[in-house]
Amino acid sequence: MAASAEALPAPKARRSAAPGLAIGLSTLYLSLIVLLPLAALAWRAHGWDAITSPQAVSALKLTVVASLVVALINAVAGTAIAWTLVRDRFFGQGFVNALVDLPFALPTIVAGLTLLALYGPKSPAGINVAFTRWAILLALLFVTLPFVVRTVQPVLLELDTEMEDAAASLGASRAATFRRVILPNIFPAILSGVALAFARAIGEFGAVVLISGNLPFKTEVVSVYVFGRIESGDSGGAAAASVVILVLSFGVLLAIGGVRRWATRHDR
Amino acid sequence: MRRISLTLILILAFPALAAGAARDTKLSLVAYSTPREAYGQLIPAFQKTAAGKDLSFSQSYGASGEQSRAVASGLDADIVAFSLAPDITSLVQKKLVAKNWANDKWHGMVTRSVVVFVVRDGNPKKLKTWTDLLKPGVQIVTPNPFTSGGARWNVMAAYGGALRAGKTPKQAETYLAQMWKHVVAQPASAREGLQTFLAGRGDVFLAYENEALFAQQKGQPVQFVIPKATILIENPIAVTSTSTHKSQAQAFVKYLRTKPAQRIFAQNGYRPVIKGVTQGLNFPNRPQLFTIKYVGGWAKVEKKFFDPRTGVMAKIQASSGG
Repeated sequence: MAASAEALPAPKARRSAAPGLAIGLSTLYLSLIVLLPLAALAWRAHGWDAITSPQAVSALKLTVVASLVVALINAVAGTAIAWTLVRDRFFGQGFVNALVDLPFALPTIVAGLTLLALYGPKSPAGINVAFTRWAILLALLFVTLPFVVRTVQPVLLELDTEMEDAAASLGASRAATFRRVILPNIFPAILSGVALAFARAIGEFGAVVLISGNLPFKTEVVSVYVFGRIESGDSGGAAAASVVILVLSFGVLLAIGGVRRWATRHDR
Repeated sequence: MRRISLTLILILAFPALAAGAARDTKLSLVAYSTPREAYGQLIPAFQKTAAGKDLSFSQSYGASGEQSRAVASGLDADIVAFSLAPDITSLVQKKLVAKNWANDKWHGMVTRSVVVFVVRDGNPKKLKTWTDLLKPGVQIVTPNPFTSGGARWNVMAAYGGALRAGKTPKQAETYLAQMWKHVVAQPASAREGLQTFLAGRGDVFLAYENEALFAQQKGQPVQFVIPKATILIENPIAVTSTSTHKSQAQAFVKYLRTKPAQRIFAQNGYRPVIKGVTQGLNFPNRPQLFTIKYVGGWAKVEKKFFDPRTGVMAKIQASSGG
């Protein structure tokens, strides 16, 4: 540790002793875990009508729009939750903090069941959104909650409150301080969380499948559509549809990455 | 200390392992999910018989189609038990199950059931026949026949029910399309369908009698009506051709068709494939019952109705967006 700390001032020395090896290992690992399965998927894809049919297009549109909406809601709600967890002190804070990760631990099908019981026809709260597109949003919001919270939280923790004090002492309003001092600092983290939430929402199956009702053209998301293709023995069409989802998601992730780079252009 | 205990474990475990290997033949049962509870009682019962006393089992349960695909992709199985025959036929095509698997007295089947209407308390909409489902405002829940192989029984029950009511095949297809306009939720599986219905969605849930009885046994408030004309569901079982313990596997399958075993199935809600085991149980007879043969047999039905591109159901689903 001491050696690396001493080496810190010279950025070059931070590079690992054997960069070739590190790159090689990372590439090998990524290939085995991600690239190879994706390539195999693309290889198996045939029958593009599986994704050009009106039913498929409708499912795809619904999923992409729902995922984008969910990602945006998360950007706001997730940041607010992270803010509360970092800046406020209240009774049961540790409990609430642990609560945030719960959607990850819960099997998604259980999440679907729970949401159906709470917000279905027999809702004790009198809120019935089950089997509508609202239900899909709700299920996706549930499973994507942790992403933005957990990407923004550490950045907020690191953020020096003296900057805010300085801004206030120079006469900046609280809103202006947030917009011009805090937001630029946490924006890249928000974007990372948004990207993760979007990617997760696009592929979500378990939480949605029960509460959405899976009506083609109405509430059928693309993962359920793909599942139907597989169950009907059309694995080629399922793979084709999956490739399209992947390409779309990849495009959105690249775009978010682009915005992130642009936002942090002054840091580099 | 750690090394000593490790050695100790090895010394103690090794003879036990060796003895275990000598005594036990392990059969792998790969089945669809609904008969899990039944097999949970059947396997111990079989192990108490002479044929089963040296056998142990590994069991895998899941959606019928998925289990079939898993075996096709190399999952070890001595015995496969599925919801519908096409899931075995696909293994025959891969040479994992012998062509003549159904050449026995039971045509390869081990349990039966019927498609029923699960209805609300007291059947307020008075749904008794397939035609009743077209009454204005009736909301139907049925698993999606493209995500749930088992849901194909429901579609064929409706189609055959229309034929039984005197419709021509073309008119019966029209009936299906009309009925499908009443479908308000298409859960991915039968169990999810029951959850959806119990959560308050729909007036009727198309289900299997064994599932409805199972739900009743579990204390769930389920009432059902058996339509006069409905399909006789038949669930197949087969020993794989890749099994390394064929004779033992066949002994198990043989046992499953004995009276005690069929009685256990019946107690779990399945209609038996042999007579004389349903005393005290209620499996009402339906004079207009028909089998899959009546609507053309699985090979024809799969292609005509469930081809994901050109099938009748694919078109009905597609037109629902119209």
